[in-house]
Amino acid sequence: MEKFTLEYPASKAVRQRAHVGVVGSGDLEVLIEPSLDHKAHVTVMTSVDGFGKTWQLVLDRFFSRYHAAAAIEIHDFGATPGTVTLRLEQAAERSLS
Amino acid sequence: MNRATLLDPGRFLARKSFIELNARERSQSLLDDGTYRELLGPFDRLESPWLPMQGVVPQADDGLIVALGKIGGKDSVILAVEGQFQGGSAGEVSGAKMTAALDLAHEDARNGRPIQVVLLLETGGVRLQEANLGLEAIAEINSSLVTLRRHAAIVCVIAGMVGCFGGMSITASLCSYLIMTREARLGLNGPEVIEEMSGIDEFDAGDRQLIWSVTGGEQRHATGFADYLVEDDVEAIKQCIIEAFHRGVPSRNRSEQVEGYLRDLAAIDVSHQLESSEVRKLWSKRENR
Repeated sequence: MEKFTLEYPASKAVRQRAHVGVVGSGDLEVLIEPSLDHKAHVTVMTSVDGFGKTWQLVLDRFFSRYHAAAAIEIHDFGATPGTVTLRLEQAAERSLS
Repeated sequence: MNRATLLDPGRFLARKSFIELNARERSQSLLDDGTYRELLGPFDRLESPWLPMQGVVPQADDGLIVALGKIGGKDSVILAVEGQFQGGSAGEVSGAKMTAALDLAHEDARNGRPIQVVLLLETGGVRLQEANLGLEAIAEINSSLVTLRRHAAIVCVIAGMVGCFGGMSITASLCSYLIMTREARLGLNGPEVIEEMSGIDEFDAGDRQLIWSVTGGEQRHATGFADYLVEDDVEAIKQCIIEAFHRGVPSRNRSEQVEGYLRDLAAIDVSHQLESSEVRKLWSKRENR
């Protein structure tokens, strides 16, 4: 298991907190809440070691389109980058609606 | 649903699968529209403290959803185990959530405000990483359940595909009414455990037909261990739950019929391996309730 945090600049506020997904095989859960400063903070806990670079790329790409000041917590159980992106977008959509 | 309606394509397509939903979605689908309220949800972050210590990723609600709302217009609480997280296993936190909810339901019942309690079990039993704490959790759940069931009916649904095994199979069997689908399984030991302990000649865990013929919902219903057999459809399951609650507290719970079961067990001819059809014949002679 690995745990790391990333930070991104933000310009929008999160309307509401959102939770999606399950910590099941090939899936992940994403929790989004408003962050206390004007930045986005991501905490990733993943069952698969050694994919820090891939996580960085997936999250960089996501945050190039999502600019909310969110505290995001991810509990990953071996999801592919595609699944991670879909779950993030699903949670983001709910947090901004 | 009988075979004919299953073959009706219109009915088949109109079905909304319950099995395909996760625990939270299952709870939402059963509660009347707009009444869903979750207690101790993911943002309360009551996670297992033990899993990360062992390199296992936790879930923010520890895999147990406590949902308040109404079923058929009546106050209800649903305790739903998330089968995809750690096989739906019972840990210290998820077990404590379940026990606390049952105890509160008991308090409500005693204060003249009975609440309908529904258990959605998809679980392999004790969470091995939490060892004795998981065992204790199940003991507490069962103790609270036995106290509560005297005052209010408790309906358990095992829909599949995980099924219900280990200590939690005892929990399911202690409930007032048990609803199963054909896809669901109920057993004290899972097939792999039996094969591991007693050998492949005793039980072949790869033989799906064998497994379902012994522990599957259809067999459990035919032998009187489950009260209802329903199809995998949200509305059908909800209607079945309402019907079960309508019957009220059973005059005598199945798990209290000890003498009868012991007598029937003693009469079984153990000189040969029973086929599932013989088991059906044997148990269907029992007078239920």
